[in-house]
Amino acid sequence: MNPVEAIVLGASAGGVSALLTVFAALPRDYPIPLLCVLHLPDDRHSQLAEVFSRRLHRPVREAQDKQHIEPGMIYVAGPGYHLSVERDRSVSLSQEERVHFSRPSIDFLFESAADAYGRGLVGVLLTGANEDGARGLARIQQCGGRTIVQDPAQAQVAVMPEAALALLRPDHILPLNGIGHLLATLESCEC
Amino acid sequence: MIIERNTDIEIRLLIEAIYLKYSYDFRDYSGASIKRRVLHATRQFECATVSALQERVLHDPGMFLQLLQYLTIPVSEMFRDPEHFLALRREVVPHLRTWPSIKIWIAGCSTGEEVYSMAILLREEGLLERTIIYATDINPSSLEKAKQGIYSMQSIREYTENYQRAGGRQAFSDYYTAAYGNAILDSSLRENVTFADHSLATDSVFSETQLVSCRNVLIYFNKNLQDRAFGLFHESLCHRGFLVLGSKETLDFSAYSDRFEALVKPERIYRKL
Ligand SMILES: C[S@@+](CC[C@H](N)C(=O)[O-])C[C@H]1O[C@@H](n2cnc3c(N)ncnc32)[C@H](O)[C@@H]1O
Repeated sequence: MNPVEAIVLGASAGGVSALLTVFAALPRDYPIPLLCVLHLPDDRHSQLAEVFSRRLHRPVREAQDKQHIEPGMIYVAGPGYHLSVERDRSVSLSQEERVHFSRPSIDFLFESAADAYGRGLVGVLLTGANEDGARGLARIQQCGGRTIVQDPAQAQVAVMPEAALALLRPDHILPLNGIGHLLATLESCEC
Repeated sequence: MIIERNTDIEIRLLIEAIYLKYSYDFRDYSGASIKRRVLHATRQFECATVSALQERVLHDPGMFLQLLQYLTIPVSEMFRDPEHFLALRREVVPHLRTWPSIKIWIAGCSTGEEVYSMAILLREEGLLERTIIYATDINPSSLEKAKQGIYSMQSIREYTENYQRAGGRQAFSDYYTAAYGNAILDSSLRENVTFADHSLATDSVFSETQLVSCRNVLIYFNKNLQDRAFGLFHESLCHRGFLVLGSKETLDFSAYSDRFEALVKPERIYRKL
Protein backbone atom coordinates (compact mmCIF):
# COMPACT_ATOMS: atom_id res chain seq x y z
CA MET A 1 0.00 0.00 0.00
CA ASN A 2 1.11 3.58 -0.65
CA PRO A 3 2.42 5.59 2.24
CA VAL A 4 -0.09 8.28 3.16
CA GLU A 5 0.65 11.99 2.93
CA ALA A 6 -2.65 13.38 4.16
CA ILE A 7 -6.18 12.45 5.20
CA VAL A 8 -9.27 14.48 4.35
CA LEU A 9 -12.59 14.00 6.14
CA GLY A 10 -16.06 15.30 5.48
CA ALA A 11 -19.26 15.20 7.52
CA SER A 12 -22.49 17.08 8.07
CA ALA A 13 -25.37 16.26 10.42
CA GLY A 14 -24.01 14.22 13.34
CA GLY A 15 -20.48 15.08 12.28
CA VAL A 16 -19.08 16.56 15.48
CA SER A 17 -19.40 13.40 17.52
CA ALA A 18 -18.48 11.20 14.54
CA LEU A 19 -15.24 13.09 13.96
CA LEU A 20 -14.44 13.09 17.67
CA THR A 21 -14.84 9.30 17.74
CA VAL A 22 -12.50 8.86 14.79
CA PHE A 23 -9.87 11.28 16.06
CA ALA A 24 -9.95 9.80 19.56
CA ALA A 25 -8.71 6.49 18.12
CA LEU A 26 -5.50 8.12 16.86
CA PRO A 27 -2.35 8.19 19.00
CA ARG A 28 -1.22 11.59 20.29
CA ASP A 29 1.88 11.55 18.07
CA TYR A 30 -0.01 10.56 14.92
CA PRO A 31 2.18 11.84 12.07
CA ILE A 32 -0.28 12.27 9.20
CA PRO A 33 -2.00 15.65 8.76
CA LEU A 34 -5.81 15.59 8.83
CA LEU A 35 -8.01 18.18 7.17
CA CYS A 36 -11.74 18.26 7.66
CA VAL A 37 -14.83 20.04 6.50
CA LEU A 38 -17.89 19.88 8.68
CA HIS A 39 -21.13 21.62 7.73
CA LEU A 40 -22.35 23.76 10.58
CA PRO A 41 -24.33 26.97 10.90
CA ASP A 42 -21.84 29.84 10.50
CA ASP A 43 -21.99 31.04 14.10
CA ARG A 44 -21.30 27.63 15.65
CA HIS A 45 -18.49 26.99 13.25
CA SER A 46 -16.13 29.50 14.69
CA GLN A 47 -15.49 27.57 17.89
CA LEU A 48 -15.01 24.21 16.23
CA ALA A 49 -11.22 24.11 16.42
CA GLU A 50 -11.37 25.08 20.08
CA VAL A 51 -14.00 22.48 20.95
CA PHE A 52 -12.06 19.74 19.17
CA SER A 53 -8.78 20.66 20.70
CA ARG A 54 -10.25 20.74 24.22
CA ARG A 55 -11.97 17.38 23.79
CA LEU A 56 -9.00 15.67 22.14
CA HIS A 57 -6.22 17.24 24.22
CA ARG A 58 -4.21 18.00 21.14
CA PRO A 59 -3.82 21.08 18.94
CA VAL A 60 -6.52 21.58 16.31
CA ARG A 61 -6.34 24.61 14.04
CA GLU A 62 -8.77 26.47 11.90
CA ALA A 63 -7.03 26.44 8.52
CA GLN A 64 -5.61 29.85 7.56
CA ASP A 65 -5.11 31.04 4.01
CA LYS A 66 -1.63 30.15 2.62
CA GLN A 67 -0.76 28.16 5.72
CA HIS A 68 1.66 25.30 5.16
CA ILE A 69 0.23 21.90 6.10
CA GLU A 70 2.23 20.41 8.95
CA PRO A 71 2.58 16.74 9.83
CA GLY A 72 0.36 15.46 12.60
CA MET A 73 -1.82 18.55 12.72
CA ILE A 74 -5.62 18.55 12.56
CA TYR A 75 -7.08 21.38 10.48
CA VAL A 76 -10.75 22.31 10.33
CA ALA A 77 -12.37 24.60 7.77
CA GLY A 78 -13.64 27.87 9.21
CA PRO A 79 -17.09 29.34 8.50
CA GLY A 80 -18.08 30.96 5.23
CA TYR A 81 -15.07 30.00 3.09
CA HIS A 82 -14.21 27.02 0.95
CA LEU A 83 -11.00 25.25 1.92
CA SER A 84 -8.66 23.87 -0.75
CA VAL A 85 -5.27 22.22 -0.78
CA GLU A 86 -2.69 23.60 -3.19
CA ARG A 87 0.01 21.56 -4.89
CA ASP A 88 2.70 23.11 -2.73
CA ARG A 89 0.94 21.62 0.33
CA SER A 90 -0.45 24.86 1.59
CA VAL A 91 -4.14 25.58 2.06
CA SER A 92 -6.13 28.36 0.46
CA LEU A 93 -9.54 29.82 1.16
CA SER A 94 -12.09 31.13 -1.32
CA GLN A 95 -15.62 32.46 -1.44
CA GLU A 96 -17.02 30.99 -4.60
CA GLU A 97 -20.65 29.85 -4.83
CA ARG A 98 -21.95 27.44 -2.27
CA VAL A 99 -21.90 23.76 -3.25
CA HIS A 100 -24.95 21.78 -2.10
CA PHE A 101 -25.87 24.89 -0.08
CA SER A 102 -22.60 24.60 1.77
CA ARG A 103 -19.56 26.76 2.18
CA PRO A 104 -17.15 25.26 3.16
CA SER A 105 -17.90 22.38 0.83
CA ILE A 106 -16.52 18.87 1.20
CA ASP A 107 -16.26 18.44 -2.59
CA PHE A 108 -14.00 21.50 -2.77
CA LEU A 109 -11.58 20.12 -0.21
CA PHE A 110 -11.63 16.56 -1.57
CA GLU A 111 -11.18 17.50 -5.23
CA SER A 112 -8.32 19.89 -4.60
CA ALA A 113 -6.60 17.45 -2.22
CA ALA A 114 -6.96 14.67 -4.81
CA ASP A 115 -5.11 16.88 -7.30
CA ALA A 116 -2.42 17.79 -4.81
CA TYR A 117 -1.73 14.38 -3.22
CA GLY A 118 -2.91 11.83 -5.80
CA ARG A 119 -2.11 8.33 -4.52
CA GLY A 120 -0.88 9.69 -1.21
CA LEU A 121 -4.36 10.71 -0.08
CA VAL A 122 -7.03 9.01 2.02
CA GLY A 123 -10.60 10.37 1.89
CA VAL A 124 -13.18 9.67 4.58
CA LEU A 125 -16.87 10.51 4.24
CA LEU A 126 -19.06 10.27 7.33
CA THR A 127 -22.61 10.90 8.48
CA GLY A 128 -24.61 13.70 6.88
CA ALA A 129 -27.90 14.86 5.45
CA ASN A 130 -26.82 16.04 2.01
CA GLU A 131 -24.83 14.87 -0.97
CA ASP A 132 -21.76 17.05 -0.65
CA GLY A 133 -18.58 14.97 -0.68
CA ALA A 134 -19.66 12.13 -2.95
CA ARG A 135 -18.16 13.67 -6.09
CA GLY A 136 -15.02 14.63 -4.26
CA LEU A 137 -14.58 11.11 -2.96
CA ALA A 138 -15.00 9.73 -6.47
CA ARG A 139 -12.27 12.10 -7.61
CA ILE A 140 -9.94 10.90 -4.86
CA GLN A 141 -10.46 7.39 -6.12
CA GLN A 142 -9.80 8.40 -9.75
CA CYS A 143 -6.55 10.02 -8.72
CA GLY A 144 -5.41 6.82 -7.03
CA GLY A 145 -6.17 7.71 -3.42
CA ARG A 146 -7.88 5.48 -0.90
CA THR A 147 -11.55 5.96 0.00
CA ILE A 148 -13.48 5.17 3.15
CA VAL A 149 -17.22 5.57 3.70
CA GLN A 150 -18.98 5.26 7.02
CA ASP A 151 -21.38 2.33 7.00
CA PRO A 152 -24.74 4.04 6.32
CA ALA A 153 -26.57 1.49 8.47
CA GLN A 154 -24.63 2.84 11.45
CA ALA A 155 -24.40 6.50 10.49
CA GLN A 156 -26.50 8.98 12.43
CA VAL A 157 -27.77 10.31 9.08
CA ALA A 158 -27.28 8.01 6.09
CA VAL A 159 -27.81 10.40 3.16
CA MET A 160 -24.20 11.45 2.74
CA PRO A 161 -22.58 8.00 2.88
CA GLU A 162 -25.36 6.60 0.69
CA ALA A 163 -24.78 9.29 -1.94
CA ALA A 164 -21.13 8.26 -2.06
CA LEU A 165 -22.00 4.57 -2.38
CA ALA A 166 -24.29 5.39 -5.30
CA LEU A 167 -21.34 6.98 -7.09
CA LEU A 168 -18.37 4.75 -6.31
CA ARG A 169 -17.22 1.53 -4.69
CA PRO A 170 -14.99 2.71 -1.88
CA ASP A 171 -12.07 0.68 -0.58
CA HIS A 172 -13.70 0.38 2.84
CA ILE A 173 -17.19 0.66 4.31
CA LEU A 174 -16.80 0.73 8.07
CA PRO A 175 -18.39 1.84 11.34
CA LEU A 176 -16.73 4.74 13.14
CA ASN A 177 -14.44 2.73 15.40
CA GLY A 178 -13.34 0.65 12.43
CA ILE A 179 -12.41 3.85 10.61
CA GLY A 180 -10.45 5.07 13.60
CA HIS A 181 -8.52 1.78 13.82
CA LEU A 182 -7.76 1.75 10.13
CA LEU A 183 -6.46 5.32 10.14
CA ALA A 184 -4.34 4.54 13.19
CA THR A 185 -2.53 1.78 11.30
CA LEU A 186 -1.79 3.78 8.13
CA GLU A 187 1.81 4.18 7.24
CA SER A 188 2.86 7.77 6.88
CA CYS A 189 5.04 9.08 4.15
CA GLU A 190 8.26 10.87 5.02
CA CYS A 191 7.81 13.39 2.26
CA MET B 1 8.48 14.29 -11.71
CA ILE B 2 4.80 15.07 -11.75
CA ILE B 3 2.99 14.02 -14.88
CA GLU B 4 0.26 16.55 -15.48
CA ARG B 5 -3.18 15.51 -16.51
CA ASN B 6 -4.67 16.93 -19.69
CA THR B 7 -6.97 19.33 -17.91
CA ASP B 8 -4.14 20.83 -15.91
CA ILE B 9 -2.09 21.30 -19.06
CA GLU B 10 -5.04 22.89 -20.82
CA ILE B 11 -5.70 25.27 -17.94
CA ARG B 12 -2.09 26.44 -17.96
CA LEU B 13 -2.27 27.02 -21.69
CA LEU B 14 -5.52 28.95 -21.35
CA ILE B 15 -4.06 31.20 -18.64
CA GLU B 16 -0.96 31.73 -20.77
CA ALA B 17 -3.09 32.56 -23.83
CA ILE B 18 -5.10 35.10 -21.82
CA TYR B 19 -1.88 36.70 -20.66
CA LEU B 20 -0.35 36.90 -24.14
CA LYS B 21 -3.49 38.13 -25.83
CA TYR B 22 -5.20 40.33 -23.23
CA SER B 23 -2.37 41.09 -20.73
CA TYR B 24 -4.48 39.84 -17.80
CA ASP B 25 -2.15 37.83 -15.61
CA PHE B 26 -3.77 34.93 -13.72
CA ARG B 27 -0.60 32.85 -13.68
CA ASP B 28 0.02 33.38 -9.97
CA TYR B 29 -3.49 32.91 -8.66
CA SER B 30 -4.29 30.06 -6.25
CA GLY B 31 -4.35 26.97 -8.43
CA ALA B 32 -7.25 25.08 -6.87
CA SER B 33 -9.69 27.95 -7.18
CA ILE B 34 -8.64 28.89 -10.75
CA LYS B 35 -9.11 25.29 -11.79
CA ARG B 36 -12.62 25.12 -10.39
CA ARG B 37 -13.59 28.39 -12.00
CA VAL B 38 -12.20 27.48 -15.40
CA LEU B 39 -13.97 24.12 -15.33
CA HIS B 40 -17.19 25.78 -14.23
CA ALA B 41 -16.94 28.28 -17.11
CA THR B 42 -16.13 25.47 -19.55
CA ARG B 43 -19.41 23.77 -18.62
CA GLN B 44 -21.41 27.01 -18.67
CA PHE B 45 -20.17 27.90 -22.16
CA GLU B 46 -20.88 24.34 -23.29
CA CYS B 47 -17.32 23.75 -24.42
CA ALA B 48 -16.27 20.11 -24.59
CA THR B 49 -12.76 20.85 -23.33
CA VAL B 50 -10.76 23.71 -21.85
CA SER B 51 -8.89 23.82 -25.17
CA ALA B 52 -12.17 24.52 -26.94
CA LEU B 53 -12.82 27.34 -24.51
CA GLN B 54 -9.33 28.66 -25.17
CA GLU B 55 -9.94 28.77 -28.88
CA ARG B 56 -13.09 30.85 -28.42
CA VAL B 57 -11.47 33.19 -25.90
CA LEU B 58 -8.47 33.75 -28.14
CA HIS B 59 -10.52 34.69 -31.17
CA ASP B 60 -13.34 36.60 -29.52
CA PRO B 61 -12.64 39.45 -27.06
CA GLY B 62 -16.32 39.47 -26.06
CA MET B 63 -15.93 35.89 -24.94
CA PHE B 64 -12.94 36.88 -22.85
CA LEU B 65 -15.00 39.53 -21.05
CA GLN B 66 -17.56 36.88 -20.25
CA LEU B 67 -14.91 34.51 -18.96
CA LEU B 68 -13.58 37.32 -16.79
CA GLN B 69 -16.84 37.24 -14.84
CA TYR B 70 -15.97 33.70 -13.81
CA LEU B 71 -12.29 34.25 -13.16
CA THR B 72 -12.80 37.26 -10.93
CA ILE B 73 -15.22 36.67 -8.10
CA PRO B 74 -17.48 39.69 -8.19
CA VAL B 75 -19.18 39.22 -4.85
CA SER B 76 -19.33 41.97 -2.28
CA GLU B 77 -21.48 43.52 0.42
CA MET B 78 -21.81 46.91 2.05
CA PHE B 79 -20.24 46.95 5.51
CA ARG B 80 -19.13 43.35 5.02
CA ASP B 81 -17.90 42.15 8.42
CA PRO B 82 -19.44 45.01 10.44
CA GLU B 83 -16.91 44.59 13.27
CA HIS B 84 -14.21 45.48 10.80
CA PHE B 85 -15.82 48.82 9.97
CA LEU B 86 -16.49 49.45 13.63
CA ALA B 87 -12.80 48.95 14.33
CA LEU B 88 -11.89 51.30 11.46
CA ARG B 89 -14.13 53.94 12.97
CA ARG B 90 -12.78 53.53 16.47
CA GLU B 91 -9.11 52.78 15.93
CA VAL B 92 -8.15 54.25 12.57
CA VAL B 93 -10.31 57.35 12.11
CA PRO B 94 -8.67 59.20 15.06
CA HIS B 95 -5.31 58.83 13.26
CA LEU B 96 -6.71 59.79 9.86
CA ARG B 97 -8.00 63.01 11.41
CA THR B 98 -4.44 64.14 12.07
CA TRP B 99 -3.65 64.33 8.34
CA PRO B 100 -4.73 67.53 6.53
CA SER B 101 -5.71 65.59 3.44
CA ILE B 102 -6.29 61.87 3.07
CA LYS B 103 -5.84 59.49 0.18
CA ILE B 104 -7.35 56.03 0.34
CA TRP B 105 -6.79 53.17 -2.09
CA ILE B 106 -9.45 50.47 -2.27
CA ALA B 107 -7.81 47.71 -4.31
CA GLY B 108 -10.17 45.10 -5.77
CA CYS B 109 -13.28 47.22 -5.18
CA SER B 110 -15.49 44.95 -7.31
CA THR B 111 -18.99 46.39 -7.74
CA GLY B 112 -18.40 49.25 -5.30
CA GLU B 113 -20.10 48.19 -2.07
CA GLU B 114 -16.91 48.60 -0.08
CA VAL B 115 -16.25 52.04 -1.58
CA TYR B 116 -19.65 53.41 -0.60
CA SER B 117 -19.33 51.89 2.86
CA MET B 118 -16.02 53.68 3.34
CA ALA B 119 -17.45 56.94 1.98
CA ILE B 120 -20.42 56.79 4.37
CA LEU B 121 -18.15 56.10 7.32
CA LEU B 122 -15.90 59.03 6.38
CA ARG B 123 -18.84 61.38 5.87
CA GLU B 124 -20.20 60.54 9.32
CA GLU B 125 -16.76 61.26 10.76
CA GLY B 126 -16.56 64.56 8.89
CA LEU B 127 -13.60 63.43 6.79
CA LEU B 128 -15.08 62.76 3.37
CA GLU B 129 -14.56 66.33 2.10
CA ARG B 130 -10.82 66.13 2.52
CA THR B 131 -10.45 62.57 1.26
CA ILE B 132 -9.69 61.23 -2.20
CA ILE B 133 -10.57 57.59 -2.76
CA TYR B 134 -8.98 55.56 -5.55
CA ALA B 135 -11.13 52.52 -6.23
CA THR B 136 -9.48 50.01 -8.53
CA ASP B 137 -10.27 46.63 -10.05
CA ILE B 138 -9.45 44.55 -13.12
CA ASN B 139 -13.03 43.74 -14.06
CA PRO B 140 -14.49 46.51 -16.30
CA SER B 141 -18.12 45.44 -15.81
CA SER B 142 -17.68 45.51 -12.05
CA LEU B 143 -16.12 48.99 -12.22
CA GLU B 144 -19.05 50.15 -14.35
CA LYS B 145 -21.53 48.91 -11.72
CA ALA B 146 -19.44 50.50 -9.01
CA LYS B 147 -19.70 53.88 -10.73
CA GLN B 148 -23.46 53.59 -10.91
CA GLY B 149 -23.94 52.63 -7.28
CA ILE B 150 -27.28 50.90 -7.77
CA TYR B 151 -28.05 47.86 -5.66
CA SER B 152 -31.17 45.74 -5.26
CA MET B 153 -33.51 46.62 -2.39
CA GLN B 154 -33.27 43.04 -1.29
CA SER B 155 -29.55 43.31 -0.61
CA ILE B 156 -30.02 46.76 0.93
CA ARG B 157 -32.04 45.17 3.73
CA GLU B 158 -29.04 43.04 4.65
CA TYR B 159 -26.68 46.01 4.34
CA THR B 160 -28.88 48.06 6.65
CA GLU B 161 -28.30 45.56 9.41
CA ASN B 162 -24.57 45.53 8.68
CA TYR B 163 -24.49 49.33 8.73
CA GLN B 164 -26.10 49.47 12.14
CA ARG B 165 -23.74 46.85 13.56
CA ALA B 166 -20.84 48.79 12.08
CA GLY B 167 -21.67 51.77 14.28
CA GLY B 168 -23.71 53.74 11.72
CA ARG B 169 -25.05 57.02 13.10
CA GLN B 170 -27.94 57.79 10.76
CA ALA B 171 -30.84 55.96 9.20
CA PHE B 172 -29.26 53.95 6.39
CA SER B 173 -32.10 55.08 4.12
CA ASP B 174 -30.63 58.62 4.25
CA TYR B 175 -28.02 57.41 1.80
CA TYR B 176 -30.18 56.10 -1.02
CA THR B 177 -33.32 56.67 -3.06
CA ALA B 178 -35.54 53.67 -3.71
CA ALA B 179 -36.81 53.13 -7.24
CA TYR B 180 -38.21 50.08 -8.99
CA GLY B 181 -36.91 47.58 -6.45
CA ASN B 182 -33.47 49.18 -6.49
CA ALA B 183 -31.63 51.57 -4.22
CA ILE B 184 -29.70 54.36 -5.93
CA LEU B 185 -26.93 55.54 -3.67
CA ASP B 186 -26.48 59.24 -3.05
CA SER B 187 -24.14 60.40 -5.82
CA SER B 188 -22.42 62.94 -3.58
CA LEU B 189 -20.79 59.95 -1.86
CA ARG B 190 -18.64 59.38 -4.92
CA GLU B 191 -17.72 62.99 -5.61
CA ASN B 192 -14.15 62.38 -4.48
CA VAL B 193 -13.91 58.82 -5.79
CA THR B 194 -11.84 57.90 -8.84
CA PHE B 195 -12.65 54.49 -10.28
CA ALA B 196 -9.84 53.00 -12.32
CA ASP B 197 -8.64 49.86 -14.01
CA HIS B 198 -5.58 48.64 -12.13
CA SER B 199 -4.14 45.17 -11.65
CA LEU B 200 -2.20 44.14 -8.57
CA ALA B 201 -0.56 41.51 -10.77
CA THR B 202 0.84 43.74 -13.50
CA ASP B 203 0.56 47.45 -12.64
CA SER B 204 2.61 49.66 -10.36
CA VAL B 205 1.95 52.22 -7.65
CA PHE B 206 0.19 55.40 -8.79
CA SER B 207 -0.06 57.56 -5.68
CA GLU B 208 0.99 57.97 -2.08
CA THR B 209 -1.80 56.96 0.28
CA GLN B 210 -2.63 57.02 3.98
CA LEU B 211 -4.79 53.92 3.92
CA VAL B 212 -5.00 50.90 1.64
CA SER B 213 -7.97 48.56 1.88
CA CYS B 214 -7.65 45.30 -0.01
CA ARG B 215 -10.26 42.87 1.19
CA ASN B 216 -11.08 39.38 -0.06
CA VAL B 217 -8.78 39.70 -3.05
CA LEU B 218 -5.51 38.29 -1.76
CA ILE B 219 -6.96 34.88 -0.87
CA TYR B 220 -7.19 34.28 -4.63
CA PHE B 221 -3.45 34.88 -5.08
CA ASN B 222 -0.56 32.51 -4.40
CA LYS B 223 2.21 33.60 -2.04
CA ASN B 224 4.33 35.20 -4.78
CA LEU B 225 1.54 37.36 -6.02
CA GLN B 226 0.45 38.21 -2.48
CA ASP B 227 3.95 39.45 -1.83
CA ARG B 228 3.87 41.52 -5.02
CA ALA B 229 0.64 43.15 -3.82
CA PHE B 230 2.01 43.73 -0.32
CA GLY B 231 5.05 45.34 -1.97
CA LEU B 232 2.81 47.77 -3.85
CA PHE B 233 0.87 48.63 -0.71
CA HIS B 234 4.06 49.16 1.24
CA GLU B 235 5.40 51.46 -1.45
CA SER B 236 2.17 53.42 -1.74
CA LEU B 237 1.61 53.93 1.99
CA CYS B 238 3.04 56.96 3.72
CA HIS B 239 5.00 56.63 6.96
CA ARG B 240 2.69 54.97 9.54
CA GLY B 241 -0.02 54.45 6.92
CA PHE B 242 -2.72 51.81 7.39
CA LEU B 243 -3.26 48.54 5.57
CA VAL B 244 -6.55 46.70 6.04
CA LEU B 245 -7.29 43.21 4.76
CA GLY B 246 -10.23 40.79 4.61
CA SER B 247 -11.16 38.76 7.66
CA LYS B 248 -9.34 35.62 6.45
CA GLU B 249 -6.31 37.37 5.04
CA THR B 250 -3.08 37.84 6.90
CA LEU B 251 0.42 39.20 6.56
CA ASP B 252 1.67 36.37 8.79
CA PHE B 253 2.97 34.09 6.04
CA SER B 254 4.31 36.90 3.90
CA ALA B 255 7.78 38.32 3.33
CA TYR B 256 6.34 41.68 4.42
CA SER B 257 5.18 40.58 7.86
CA ASP B 258 7.99 42.44 9.63
CA ARG B 259 7.36 45.69 7.77
CA PHE B 260 3.96 46.16 9.37
CA GLU B 261 2.59 45.94 12.88
CA ALA B 262 -0.89 44.72 13.75
CA LEU B 263 -3.09 47.46 15.17
CA VAL B 264 -6.26 45.38 15.52
CA LYS B 265 -5.21 41.85 14.69
CA PRO B 266 -8.62 40.11 14.60
CA GLU B 267 -9.91 42.78 12.21
CA ARG B 268 -6.77 42.61 10.07
CA ILE B 269 -5.83 46.25 10.54
CA TYR B 270 -2.09 46.84 10.15
CA ARG B 271 0.22 49.85 10.26
CA LYS B 272 3.34 50.43 8.26
CA LEU B 273 6.45 50.46 10.42
C1 LIG C 1 -14.46 39.04 -3.86
S1 LIG C 1 -14.19 40.61 -4.62
C2 LIG C 1 -13.90 41.64 -3.22
C3 LIG C 1 -14.73 42.87 -3.21
C4 LIG C 1 -14.56 43.79 -2.01
N1 LIG C 1 -13.19 44.19 -1.80
C5 LIG C 1 -15.11 43.15 -0.76
O1 LIG C 1 -14.34 42.74 0.11
O2 LIG C 1 -16.33 43.03 -0.62
C6 LIG C 1 -12.61 40.37 -5.38
C7 LIG C 1 -12.28 41.42 -6.43
O3 LIG C 1 -10.88 41.39 -6.72
C8 LIG C 1 -10.69 41.72 -8.06
N2 LIG C 1 -9.36 41.30 -8.51
C9 LIG C 1 -8.97 40.06 -8.86
N3 LIG C 1 -7.70 40.07 -9.30
C10 LIG C 1 -7.26 41.35 -9.19
C11 LIG C 1 -6.03 42.00 -9.49
N4 LIG C 1 -5.00 41.32 -10.01
N5 LIG C 1 -5.93 43.33 -9.27
C12 LIG C 1 -6.98 44.03 -8.76
N6 LIG C 1 -8.18 43.47 -8.47
C13 LIG C 1 -8.33 42.14 -8.68
C14 LIG C 1 -11.83 41.00 -8.74
O4 LIG C 1 -12.10 41.54 -10.01
C15 LIG C 1 -12.99 41.19 -7.75
O5 LIG C 1 -13.74 42.32 -8.08
